[in-house]
Amino acid sequence: MAMSALRREGRRISPMIYTNQIPSIRSSFFSSQEQVYPGARYISTQIVRNRMKSVKNIQKITKAMKMVAASKLRQIQSKTEKSRGLWQPFTALLGDIPSVDVKRNVIVTISADKGLCGGINSTSVKTSRAVNKLNAGSDKENKYVILGEKAKVQLIRDSKDNIELCITELQKNPLNYTQVSAIADDILKNVQFDALRVVYNKFASVVSFLPTVSTVLSPEVVERESEAGGKLGDLDSYEIEGGESKSEILQNLSEFQFSCVMFNAVLENACSEQGARMSAMDSSSRNAGDMLDRLTLTYNRTRQASITTELTEIISGASALEA
Amino acid sequence: MLRQAAIRLPIRSAAASRRFSTASQPPATPEVDTTFVDSWKKMIPNLDPPNTPSAYMKPRPPTPSAIPSKLTVNLALPYSSLLSSKEVEMIIVPATTGQMGVLPGHVPTIAELKPGLMSVHEGGEVSKYFISGGFAVIHANSYADIVAVEAVPVDRIDPAAVQKGLSEFTQKLNSASTDLEKAEAQIGIDVHSALNAAITG
Repeated sequence: MAMSALRREGRRISPMIYTNQIPSIRSSFFSSQEQVYPGARYISTQIVRNRMKSVKNIQKITKAMKMVAASKLRQIQSKTEKSRGLWQPFTALLGDIPSVDVKRNVIVTISADKGLCGGINSTSVKTSRAVNKLNAGSDKENKYVILGEKAKVQLIRDSKDNIELCITELQKNPLNYTQVSAIADDILKNVQFDALRVVYNKFASVVSFLPTVSTVLSPEVVERESEAGGKLGDLDSYEIEGGESKSEILQNLSEFQFSCVMFNAVLENACSEQGARMSAMDSSSRNAGDMLDRLTLTYNRTRQASITTELTEIISGASALEA
Repeated sequence: MLRQAAIRLPIRSAAASRRFSTASQPPATPEVDTTFVDSWKKMIPNLDPPNTPSAYMKPRPPTPSAIPSKLTVNLALPYSSLLSSKEVEMIIVPATTGQMGVLPGHVPTIAELKPGLMSVHEGGEVSKYFISGGFAVIHANSYADIVAVEAVPVDRIDPAAVQKGLSEFTQKLNSASTDLEKAEAQIGIDVHSALNAAITG
């Protein structure tokens, strides 16, 4: 009931409005302030001042977080752009066939460890769940490998049995290829797969993050697809130099492709995280600024009202004495 | 008849210019896996289908009928692309079966690379890079993609450090007990001897 009164007031802050109708539980809250006249709407200036101080602090904190995210983005963006050439040769050779039909899919979801970065973690999780649904079937098994706390928390709620591996605290040290290839090695050793689908947010610009799925096939599937013809049909026309057999080379190729794709994906996701955090913190500080303006108006109104009331008392008292 | 020819001429040149202009622009319709997009739209109507890597790269030109005059080389590393779409006359890569020379019109090949010297020949100039292991893929349209973990221009290698590394790993090999240690020491020796050969050779 009090809340509806507040909403009618036009966005006043909730615990501060005090009318006669509100039960006396509130009166203890207001005991430290100036007297309330029956029927008068009155907000204590002390409370408004406290509120203004805390909102100003929040604004400072979010502004600082935005600056930090901007500097981290600058550092990592150049690395990301340079790593974009890495996966292109593999896609040029082996093609990009996300619609490939395999039995064992492993979905590698890449997300952030920290929050306050807008909706990118939820986007990654939604996309992975959708990829899972797309590749579901009676003879198929889909497993998850999760990088990053935020996706783990979300996916553990409904897919706990399907999660194979969880890797967190990726960004403790600056991202480098050695670390990512160690992770890729770990995944390749411990998880059986026919196709790996890496889900991440690609950094298109500071305000635009595109959910992306990269597919890496196991060597057996590559052979099967190249024999079947279609997109990988020309693979047979390539001569093999080095190594003992074609399958050994394809195995090495597939593993190398996975580590390259992972490296780029992890960098792109980190960039998207910083960019999303920048825009989230920016809108948050702007919102805090708006709130501060509204509070300042309320404060001035209250202050002027109390001055007017005091003057009125004095004058009416004086005129009563005269009369 | 002359008027007919005059009418036909601008149309042909317009077609030619259209063909010319699309080649220089980035792809308007990147290769998209339509079966993926269709099945996504059917099963998950509320979410837009995610992009796939082929949407982010320029599609490669098809195999030309005549052998082109130059080879287009891409050298990609995790931290940078040293060469991207550079047109050269010849490259020599250190495949595991030995040094392999690649000219335009080379047969499509997938080659595994061992640590060694790669040289790029362009208009009389030769630039040499030392490559750690990786893969070299030569396509039918005379595009060569080399993906390696590390590549440094040869003049940036420090000979003193190479000698030190070589002696260190030889020592490790002699004192190695397990197979793993022996293998690691052997790898170190191979890389350092290749480095040695690269600076001296």
